[in-house]
Amino acid sequence: MEMHRDDIGARLGMWIFIFTEILLFGGLFLVYAVMRNRYSVEFHQAAHQLNAFIGTLNTVVLLLSSATVAMSVTAVQRGEKRKGVMFILITLVCAGIFLFNKYLEWGHKISIGLYPGSEMMIGLKYGYILFFSLYFFMTGLHMLHLLVGSIILTIVMVKIQIGTINAGKYTLLENGGLYWHLVDLIWIFLFPLLYLIT
Amino acid sequence: MTHTEIQDYRVYGWVLLALLILTTITITVTWIDLSALTVLVALIIASVKSFIVLRHFMHLKFESKLFTVFVVMVLGIYTLVIALTFFDYLMR
Repeated sequence: MEMHRDDIGARLGMWIFIFTEILLFGGLFLVYAVMRNRYSVEFHQAAHQLNAFIGTLNTVVLLLSSATVAMSVTAVQRGEKRKGVMFILITLVCAGIFLFNKYLEWGHKISIGLYPGSEMMIGLKYGYILFFSLYFFMTGLHMLHLLVGSIILTIVMVKIQIGTINAGKYTLLENGGLYWHLVDLIWIFLFPLLYLIT
Repeated sequence: MTHTEIQDYRVYGWVLLALLILTTITITVTWIDLSALTVLVALIIASVKSFIVLRHFMHLKFESKLFTVFVVMVLGIYTLVIALTFFDYLMR
């Protein structure tokens, strides 16, 4: 006897979870908006400290990884198992590149003494402290989501390989993909607001 | 029940290209000084990119309309929260 399955319900559940994530980051964006309004000059100057090149590179990497996850769904729907695994693998490599860039970016800031609670940061003007705190917290929380997404996609990749995710049953891949696109979606707003508007 | 439609790889290729072009526009626009408009332009482009991601990558165009209604409602509530916060903040 076949077990009862509700794929639409499963996706709807994932979407409801995504809404809570949107509101979580939304709260942070709201703080950013109010503080930017209040300390516009400081935010403007502090943003110059961020490496726009690394930010741009990471944007491209994330967009590419989102496209490959979407392509993996197509591959699995068509029963092309090897392609499905390959696309997820490309996504995971992109995630690795993103994290490595983040390591370089944060590593540089920490090496010059710029991190939350450091003596240098405490000595800065209030607007600067706010900007860098928001920068570390928002990109940090985003990075955490990226890590979780990578773990989920690794599980998905293994399941495609062993065949538990297949052309007839691929909700986990779709939901993992939705989570990955959310990570991309958040970065779409983080990138211009933190790195570009200087 | 799963999706009946299967999206072609090429469509995702075009979507990716569109997103990359929009990213390039965002970066180019920041080089031109539009003063107060810069944030607005950046947010509009980011919203267009989000729309594309939601519709194509997140498959909203294949899902039942109910999903779209939910997304619009959540974004509506969030916009309302922003509006009310600024209303309160600027009127103090």
